[in-house]
Amino acid sequence: MNAAAIAVGRFFRYGNFAIGVALSGLVVLTALVSFVWTPHSAIDIEIVDKFKPMSATHWFGTDHFGRDVLSLIMVGARNSIAVGIIAVSASVTLGTALGLFASARRGWVEEIVMRLSDLAFAFPAVLTAIMITALWGPSVINAILAIAIFNVPVFARVTRGAANAVWAREYILAARAAGKGGLRITVEHVLPNILNVLIVQATIQFALAVLAEAALSYLGLGAQPPLPSWGRMLRDAQSYLYTAPEQAIYPGIAIAIAVLGLNLLGDGLRDAFDPKLARKR
Amino acid sequence: MTLLTVDRLSVNLQGESGPVALVRDVSFTLDRRETLGIVGESGCGKTMTALALMGLLPEAARAEGRILFDGEDLVTADEARLCALRGDRIAMIFQEPMTSLNPVHTVGAQVAEVLRLHRAMGEGEALAEALRLLDLVGIPKARERLSAYPHQLSGGQRQRVMIAAALACRPDILLADEPTTALDVTVQAQILDLIGELVREFGMALVLITHDLGVVGQVTDRVIVMYAGNVVESGPTETIFAKRAHPYTQGLFAARPRQAGRTSQRGRLDTIPGVVPDPSAVIAGCRFADRCRHAVDICHRQPPPLVPIGADHDALCHRVREWA
Amino acid sequence: MSAVIAQRLFAFLATLLATSLVVFLVLEVLPGDSAQIMLGVDAEPDAVAALREKLGLNRPAAERYLTWLAGFMTGDLGDSYTYSVPVIELIVDRIAITIPLAVMAMVLTIAIALTTGVFAAAHHNRPGDWGVMLGAQIGIAMPNFWFGILLVLFFAVTLGWFSAGGFPGWEDDPLDAFKALILPAVSLALVQSAILARVTRSAVLDVLREDYIRTARAKGLSKRAALWGHGLRNAMIPVVTVMGLQFAFLLSGTIIIENVFYLPGLGRLIFQAISQRDLIVVKDVVMLMVIKVVVINFLVDLLYVAIDPRLKTAT
Repeated sequence: MNAAAIAVGRFFRYGNFAIGVALSGLVVLTALVSFVWTPHSAIDIEIVDKFKPMSATHWFGTDHFGRDVLSLIMVGARNSIAVGIIAVSASVTLGTALGLFASARRGWVEEIVMRLSDLAFAFPAVLTAIMITALWGPSVINAILAIAIFNVPVFARVTRGAANAVWAREYILAARAAGKGGLRITVEHVLPNILNVLIVQATIQFALAVLAEAALSYLGLGAQPPLPSWGRMLRDAQSYLYTAPEQAIYPGIAIAIAVLGLNLLGDGLRDAFDPKLARKR
Repeated sequence: MTLLTVDRLSVNLQGESGPVALVRDVSFTLDRRETLGIVGESGCGKTMTALALMGLLPEAARAEGRILFDGEDLVTADEARLCALRGDRIAMIFQEPMTSLNPVHTVGAQVAEVLRLHRAMGEGEALAEALRLLDLVGIPKARERLSAYPHQLSGGQRQRVMIAAALACRPDILLADEPTTALDVTVQAQILDLIGELVREFGMALVLITHDLGVVGQVTDRVIVMYAGNVVESGPTETIFAKRAHPYTQGLFAARPRQAGRTSQRGRLDTIPGVVPDPSAVIAGCRFADRCRHAVDICHRQPPPLVPIGADHDALCHRVREWA
Repeated sequence: MSAVIAQRLFAFLATLLATSLVVFLVLEVLPGDSAQIMLGVDAEPDAVAALREKLGLNRPAAERYLTWLAGFMTGDLGDSYTYSVPVIELIVDRIAITIPLAVMAMVLTIAIALTTGVFAAAHHNRPGDWGVMLGAQIGIAMPNFWFGILLVLFFAVTLGWFSAGGFPGWEDDPLDAFKALILPAVSLALVQSAILARVTRSAVLDVLREDYIRTARAKGLSKRAALWGHGLRNAMIPVVTVMGLQFAFLLSGTIIIENVFYLPGLGRLIFQAISQRDLIVVKDVVMLMVIKVVVINFLVDLLYVAIDPRLKTAT
C-alpha cells in the first residue's frame, strides 16, 4: 500500500460522507425552496409551450403539458422526501418497538415477532402496494402505507439483533440486580445504545423508500396527478421518447442524486459510529 | 552445513505516518537437521520473521536484507519461485488449528492438495498418501477421517492434520508458529513430542516460534530471544538455559510459570515492569532500557552493540560483559 | 434426505400456507363484498347477487379458502370475470414471459455481481476496485425502470438495434422473443447486481483475511489459486444470504420492468386486472408472485446447506 492508496482510502471514508451530506442537502434544499419559489408554476398547463427545449426561461425545457420541468422536479422533491420521511418514521416507530419488545421478552414472544417478520419479507413493497390499490385505489397514502409495511420487519430485525447484544452486556446485569424492570432497562440502557444502528439503518431505508416511491408512482400506484412526482414524470416521458427524449433524463437524475446522497450519508454515518468497521472496509 | 542464512533482515510496515520497523536487523543461520527456537513476547517480531521466511508478509509490510535458502535469496525471489518453494521445501504450521483449516473442504482434500500441487499426483494417489500421512501423525481411524470436515475434529487432531499437510512433501525446513498455544495443556505435550519426533525422523530443520521457554528447552538445539524487533540474545539452548546473559532473557526465565506445562495465554511478562515500546516510537538507545533494572545513562543514549559472550553465544547489551 | 433439509422443507410449506392466508384475508375477506367492488357502487343489486352466486361468495370463508388452495394444486382457479376464460389459462400464457425474464435476469445478476465483486476484492485499494465501487454506488442509486427507459432510449430509439417494447411470442420466432427479453433482463440485472457485487467484494475481502487462506498460501498456492480454491466457496455464504433477498426484489422488479417494456407478463396482467377490478385475478397473481418469492428463498436455503458442510452435519 503506498501513500496514494492511503489518501484515496481516506477520501472514500470522509469524502463519501461529505458528498452524501452535500447531495442530500441539495435535495432537501430544493424541496424547501419549492415552497416559496419555483421558476414557473408546476401545476398550470400551458399547452402552447409543450416540449420546449432547454432555454434561459425553461432550463430543463417543458413537458407535454407545457409545464416547466425544473419546477416539476423541484416540487417533486417534496413528494419523495415526504413519502420517505413519513413511511420510514412510521416503520421505525413500529419496527423498533416490536424489536425491543421481542428482545426484552425473548422466548416465544421473540419467536413470533421474528416469524411474522419473515412472513412479511415474502411481500415486496410493490406487491403490498398492488394489494392495497386493488382494495382502495391508487394514492400517495397507499404508497406510504406499502413502503412502511415493508420496512417494519426490517427495523424489527435490526433492533432485535442490536438489542440482544446490549442485553448480554454486564451493565444490564447490574441494572437488573438493582431491581430495574424490563421496560426501564429498555428505555434507559438498550434504546440509547442501539440508536446509532437505527440512525444508519433509517438513512439507508430512506434511500430505498425514495426508490420505492419512484417505482410506485411510475406504475401509477403512488402520487396522482396533478401532484408532481419524479416517478410519474418518467412515466409520462416514456410516452414521448421519440419526440422529447431528454424528458426521460432529468427526473431519473433527480432520483439517483437523492438515493446516492442518502446512501453515502448512511455509509458515512456507519463509518463514523463504528471506526473499526471503517478501517476494515 | 548451512541451509538457511538470514542476514540483517528487517521488516517495515507501511503505516499512515511513514514506515514502522517490526523486525530490525535480525541475523541467524540454520543448519540442516538443526532445530531453532525463537522466543519472545507477542509483538516482538517473531511471527513477522517467520512470515518473511515464507514470503507471506502482509501486503503493507516489506522485507529488507537477505534470506539465503540453499544459496538463493528469498527476499528478491519472484512470487512464482516462492510458490514453488512454499509447501514443498519450506512448510509452516500456525497457532490456530481451529481457523487454519478451510471449513468447507474435507481434511483429506486439504492434505492431498499439497501433493497434487508439488508432486503432480492425481486425486486417488494423493488421497492414498494423505491417508498414510494422517496415520503417521497419529490420527485414529484415519481412513474415516479422510472425508471428515475440520469442525468434526478436536483442536489437537486439527493441528495433527496441519502437521500432516506440512510434512507431505518432506520439506527441508518446518516453521512452527506457536503450534501448541491454542491447545489444551494435556494435548500440548503430545503435539510437541510429535513435532520433535517427526523432525528427527524426516531429517528436517525446525524453526519453532514460541513465548514458552519450556517448549524451547524441550525441543530445540539453539535459541534466539527477540525483544521489540531485535534479537537480544542467541546461542545454544543448553548454554542459554545455564547462563542467561541479557537482562530481558533473565526476566523471561524469572517470569516462567513454576508448574510444568502451564503457560499464560499471551505470554505476558508480569515480573518485568513496564510495557514493550510501540514499534513506531523513536528510541535512540536500547529498546529495553526503560524496563531494564541494569540500565544506565549510555543505555538510553546509544544503541547497544552485539557482544560475544561465549562460543556461539551473543547478547545485544551495553553492560552484559559486567556479569556474563 | 437429511434432517436439515426436512426442516427447511417444513419451514417452506409453513410459509406458503401462512402467506396464502394473508393474501386471502387481504384480498377476499377484508374488502367485504368482492362482488360489489367488482361491479362498482352503482351496480344493480340483482347483478351483484348473481355475481356473488357465480363466484361462490355466499359460502363460508373457510370453505372458500380451502377451495382456493386446492385450486392451486389442481390448476383449477375458476374463470376470470372480465376475460371469461379460466384464470389458469391467463396465467400460463403470461408466466411464459415472466419466468424466463426472471431467470435471465438472475443469471445475469449472478454473473455480473460475482465477477465484478471478486475482481474488486482482488484489486483491493487499487483503481480496479475503485472503479467497480463507483459503478456499484451509481447502480444502487438508479431506479431499474429508469435504467430500462435509458436502454430503450439508446438501443431502440437511437441505435434501433432492439424494439422499444412488446413481445412477439415464443411460437413464431423464439430468437426474436428471446431478443425482446434482453433489454428488460439487463435493466433488472444491472441494478440488482450492484448491491450483490458490493456484498461479494466485502465477503471475499473478509475471507482473504482468514487463517486458512494463509495456510493455503503456505502450501504453495498462488494468490489467485488460494482465492478460487479456498476463498470463493466460503465467501459465497454471506453472498447467498443477500442473493435470496435480492431475488425477491428482482421478482417484484419484473412487475415494473414488464410495464416499462410493455411485456404481457404477470406484471401487466395484474395491472389490467386492477383497472378492471378483477379481484379474482389479482388475488391469484399476487399469490403466484408470493409463491415465487418463497420458492426462491427455499432454494437459497438449500444452496446454503450445499455450500457449508457445517450445516449438514450439525445436529
